[in-house]
Amino acid sequence: MSLSNSFRTGPDVRGHFGAYGGRFVAETLMPNVMALEKAYEEAKTDPAFAAELSGLLKNYVGRESPLYFAERLTEHLGGAKIYLKREDLNHTGAHKINNCLGQILLARRMGKTRIIAETGAGQHGVATATVCARFGLPCVIYMGEVDIERQKPNVFRMRLLGAEVRAVKSGSRTLKDAMNEALRDWVTNPYDTFYIIGSAAGPHPYPGMVRDFQTVIGAETRLQMQEIEARLPDLVVACVGGGSNAIGMFHPFLDDPSVEIHGVEASGEGIDTERHAATLTKGSPGVLHGARSYLLQDRDGQILEAHSISAGLDYPGVGPEHSWLKDQGRVRYFSATDKEALEAFVQLSKLEGIIPALESAHAIAHVMRVVPQMAKDKLVAVCLSGRGDKDVFSAAAALGETI
Amino acid sequence: MSRIAATFAALKKEGRAAFVPFVTGGDPDFETSFAILSKLPAAGADIIELGIPFSDPMADGPTNQASYLRALAAGMTLIKLLDLVRRFRKADTRTPVVLMGAYNPIHAYGTARFMKDAAEAGVDGLLVVDVPAEEDEVLRLPAAAHEIDIIRFLAPTTDAERLKVVLDGASGYLYYASVAGITGVKSYDEAAVRKALATIKAQTRLPCVVGFGIKTPEQAGDIARFADGAVVGSSIVAKVEAGAGTKAADLVGDVIEFCAALAKSVHAAKRESVLG
Repeated sequence: MSLSNSFRTGPDVRGHFGAYGGRFVAETLMPNVMALEKAYEEAKTDPAFAAELSGLLKNYVGRESPLYFAERLTEHLGGAKIYLKREDLNHTGAHKINNCLGQILLARRMGKTRIIAETGAGQHGVATATVCARFGLPCVIYMGEVDIERQKPNVFRMRLLGAEVRAVKSGSRTLKDAMNEALRDWVTNPYDTFYIIGSAAGPHPYPGMVRDFQTVIGAETRLQMQEIEARLPDLVVACVGGGSNAIGMFHPFLDDPSVEIHGVEASGEGIDTERHAATLTKGSPGVLHGARSYLLQDRDGQILEAHSISAGLDYPGVGPEHSWLKDQGRVRYFSATDKEALEAFVQLSKLEGIIPALESAHAIAHVMRVVPQMAKDKLVAVCLSGRGDKDVFSAAAALGETI
Repeated sequence: MSRIAATFAALKKEGRAAFVPFVTGGDPDFETSFAILSKLPAAGADIIELGIPFSDPMADGPTNQASYLRALAAGMTLIKLLDLVRRFRKADTRTPVVLMGAYNPIHAYGTARFMKDAAEAGVDGLLVVDVPAEEDEVLRLPAAAHEIDIIRFLAPTTDAERLKVVLDGASGYLYYASVAGITGVKSYDEAAVRKALATIKAQTRLPCVVGFGIKTPEQAGDIARFADGAVVGSSIVAKVEAGAGTKAADLVGDVIEFCAALAKSVHAAKRESVLG
């Protein structure tokens, strides 16, 4: 495949993926994002940086994570063979730590002394608090009041790890507002502070950089599938909120034409209701949080509130590379409702003894829909991006049980 | 000559700085906002910055955030904001109006179509806070076709190398944010602002106004001694907020009285060259 036909060369030097991405931030932050870009470009080619990161991924995170054949789920659905990429087994219980380690090493290289982050489900907040504890840096996590309520275990974990969790009371009091507040903090403290963005979103260089740190997911999956089945999967699936686990899972497969790729957004109470978070399915291009990408917005360009049972997918934007991949037709984007995700949450727990994060349960829900239509010799790889321990309270409430 | 250029030329002749009030368009509602707007020139406003309400402003502090939400709750849209300017222009053909805000509402309107409609309504410039020089071609090209200035920001973090990038292609005037931060929260350090302005003015003939963190008539007067203009936003917007629940005429009266005090202080400031 010639370079120009590759789906893996983005972003361009200005941080654009086709018409998406870019650096839509206040002038005050431009020197910061440009310094970060420079530091990242230098780190990328520094063998010492790669060695330190891979050492931490192995010994601190526990990589590589298994590619597990979900035998009973496969049997139950009666179609293609399902493999789960077990990011839930990582230290801190989700894929988020892959990116946080990369970024905190950069923060150290740049001499930054204070870390901030936004979090929705709390997984990125926990991963950030974890790496800050590991490297002894003070850390402030912005989290929407609504999310603090529905992700209490993670709030406790962050505080235990030494982070200050600041409740965000503006707007919908969820992930979008946490990101607004983190950006306001960064613009106020541009000299000493490093902003660890948790998704493949935000201004350049974040989308490409976060993707690079998460590409370990797809790269491992690709090798593992070849080792186990001696070929590539036919279908790769991941859930998409901002889209970091998905882009990390997808990216190594983008130039393999035989591999079909599906992203799964959260359609909340239904794709035809006003309460969903299906940005790529129902949104339109706009500019928010530093990049041009698909957004949930009204006709006047005001941002709409997203809704999902899963705090990590409850976001009215999406990483710019996903917007580009959608327009290119290389990745197809679907959605799963709160109800479907809950059913998948229960099913995977019962059939495989694996309690998935509600975010990841959206990917499982999609798999449960499409796999029965696929031949038994087909192979499906799903990113199980996180574990569901953090969700037991909200899942129990949604299922009508009290704990 | 554009209204912005004519205003700064006249100010230079008079040897004084511009008083630049910022108010949010449609705050607290369309009619009250129009009443404020129409009285600003007589209160001493040399240029008016009119905020575009947005649900998710990243560069604003709590005061301006709340003003956007008040305006949106009262039904403000970008279309109505242009109506506001159109109505203002019926009585005032001299005072420049610069719209300030986030890019997304303009993007949703259609950037090229917006420039045409904004120019027809009587808008003179645009300050789009989340579109830095590297990205503003999408604004500058259609803006130039309709003689709208894209006003660029400079910040305490803008170093010498970046200053060149920001000055290349700048028009109208420059806006120096006196503090690194969001609107209406931190206060500026005058010595640092003077130093930054000296660096900027040594490299450009464009006027440079200073905003962010200027709250009182006294502060506005201090800035007006060496900057080409003093922008006051959040503390004016706070008067609108404080007037909630009172009669519209009283609210407008309070806002205008405060603006007149700010203007008086700016206009009385003794000018010193920052280049020394």
